[in-house]
Amino acid sequence: MNHLGFEMEKVKIGSFDFTCCEGCQLQLANKESTLPDFLALLDIRNFREISSERLDDYDIALVEGSITRPDEIERLKAIRAKAKVLIAFGTCACFGGVNSLKNRIPQEEAIREVYDNKAVETMPSMKISDVVQVDHSIPGCPVSKDEVEQILVGIVTRSQVSLPTYPVCVDCKQQLNTCLFDLGELCLGPITRAGCNAVCTTGKSACLGCRGPAEELNMPAFFELVKDRALSLDDLHEMLAFYNAFEPFATDET
Amino acid sequence: MKRDYSLDIHHLTRVEGHADIQITVRDGQLVDARWAIVETPRFFEVMLKGMSAERVPFLTSRICGICSISHSLASIRAVERAMDIVPPIAAEKTRLLAMHGETLQSHALHLFFLIAPDFAGTSSVLPLIQSHPDLVRAGLQLKELGNEISTVTTGRCTHPVSLVVGGLSKAPDKERLLQLRTMIQERKPALETTCSFFHTLTIPAFSRETEFISLSNGSTYPSIGGRLVSSDGVNLEENDYLLMTNEYTQEFSTSKFTRLSRQSSAAGALARFNNNYDLLHPKAKEVAESFGLQPVCHNPFMNNIAQLVECVHILEDAGDLVNSLLDSDLSEIKTPYTPKAGIATGAVEAPRGVLYHHIEIDEQGKVAKADCIIPTTQNNGNIHDDLRALVEQALREGKKDGEITKLCEMVVRSYDPCISCSVH
Repeated sequence: MNHLGFEMEKVKIGSFDFTCCEGCQLQLANKESTLPDFLALLDIRNFREISSERLDDYDIALVEGSITRPDEIERLKAIRAKAKVLIAFGTCACFGGVNSLKNRIPQEEAIREVYDNKAVETMPSMKISDVVQVDHSIPGCPVSKDEVEQILVGIVTRSQVSLPTYPVCVDCKQQLNTCLFDLGELCLGPITRAGCNAVCTTGKSACLGCRGPAEELNMPAFFELVKDRALSLDDLHEMLAFYNAFEPFATDET
Repeated sequence: MKRDYSLDIHHLTRVEGHADIQITVRDGQLVDARWAIVETPRFFEVMLKGMSAERVPFLTSRICGICSISHSLASIRAVERAMDIVPPIAAEKTRLLAMHGETLQSHALHLFFLIAPDFAGTSSVLPLIQSHPDLVRAGLQLKELGNEISTVTTGRCTHPVSLVVGGLSKAPDKERLLQLRTMIQERKPALETTCSFFHTLTIPAFSRETEFISLSNGSTYPSIGGRLVSSDGVNLEENDYLLMTNEYTQEFSTSKFTRLSRQSSAAGALARFNNNYDLLHPKAKEVAESFGLQPVCHNPFMNNIAQLVECVHILEDAGDLVNSLLDSDLSEIKTPYTPKAGIATGAVEAPRGVLYHHIEIDEQGKVAKADCIIPTTQNNGNIHDDLRALVEQALREGKKDGEITKLCEMVVRSYDPCISCSVH
């Protein structure tokens, strides 16, 4: 690959999925008009969903999904041991994601509910960093391909890699959207990390916080705002729990 | 020839999710053939309990990264039927167009990324970028068109944003609909390139009679809602989905199996084609004829050709829907409602076949009970039985071990299984 006139080696990459919908790795195959150029940057060593090659030497491991079964812990540790850089890829990997909604009840009860008496192994959903060290996180349900490209190129060129620190509200205002609070609706845009181009609120759909908390967020003030507007706190708790991304803050009600 | 053969494919590649194929042949006799799904279960039925009905489609869309629009719309249909909500016509048309976008994207992904390498003898689509540039460009153009249709209609191509109970949260932008109309026209040659490529391939000769399951409404090729029908003559109302599926568990699979009139049955493009042939666009019928595909076809490998035929139908029908939306008043897109208790099933034709969401809502407007039955679940039994019949046929024909392995992988891929979806 050629970057700013310098010849560089292609980056050896593996893409791995655990408990998830595989929607994040599917984003890698989107933005079709620039896909051949994007693929030209990569030496895909292991990517079961699109390739029968299974090679074990990769520098970067993209890890999608949350961990919900003992065998997944072993598989994840083996990937960590081989990867120089491990990226938690998507909301399930970064926070446990929607899978964490089953953590509310005993796992035996969940198994009985879905499988009756069949023996099935499962455990409460864990994020990747609960099991192994994570070098970078790319949140999003699904991830944004633009951000993925930026971060991968950043890692390869050893540039600084960072996520926006400000909330979705900033992106949303730039899109000149009417604030959903002004339409009488709840939205997690004021407390959620930006970087998604406010795609949900631009579609007039509330932000459910898939990218996790923005930095320097003022949770008490946000709860006050919700109360001032006479919006439902029950609803707010349902939204905060949706992706498990606000777990430390979810009961921060003052 | 008396011989031993065993095949144990761990985590089959180029399918969505984790599953194994296990075949054992001893003294020339097939002992066992298994389609064993080992995917980790996610328990969406448990996650849904207690959730506000309006938020259900945002959760169920996360069942699948490929067919999130189908999941969203199956839930929306269930909730709207349970609460007696009738969405505006413009919203219904937009939803149909969104379904087309998703199916086109999904079929293109399957035909180019997942199965074309089998026919080209490569491990992935990547070497084809060099060896078959025109074909890969055509595939990407079709996939991009599918994603663009989904984005214009739902706000995003994976995990839709503006599909909501009651209609849409935001209408599609007319400027973008105009661009879409041009894009649909411009991409038709890509479909011709694809057809030419598939004409050069030899589809494996294999046939096993089975029962085909699909939706049917008698007036249009099925998409959202309708009667539940089978090629063996079953014809039921949407809420009778349990009679249609009869789910059961297998000790070797975390995904359930279903059965109807026979031990196994099939859903998906070929099932829709077989049950609704008369309702296809004439151009789609022409393409089917050029491949010798006629209803009722029992060769599972022809599911890939049925997908291609559906792509032709979609490009024609999507163009008509875009024109109709351009002529529509898009100010009325959502029917206001107050949540209330109710029970209903929503069925849609996801890319891989009939998808059922059954939802019971309590007085507070929260989910009391949910049940999702996935197309791949309905294909598990057929895949399992096909493997057995296919290996027996291959043994009779004296095929080499490597050829049998490849055929087994290919027959599974021909169903385009969405394994993580099936173990939701």
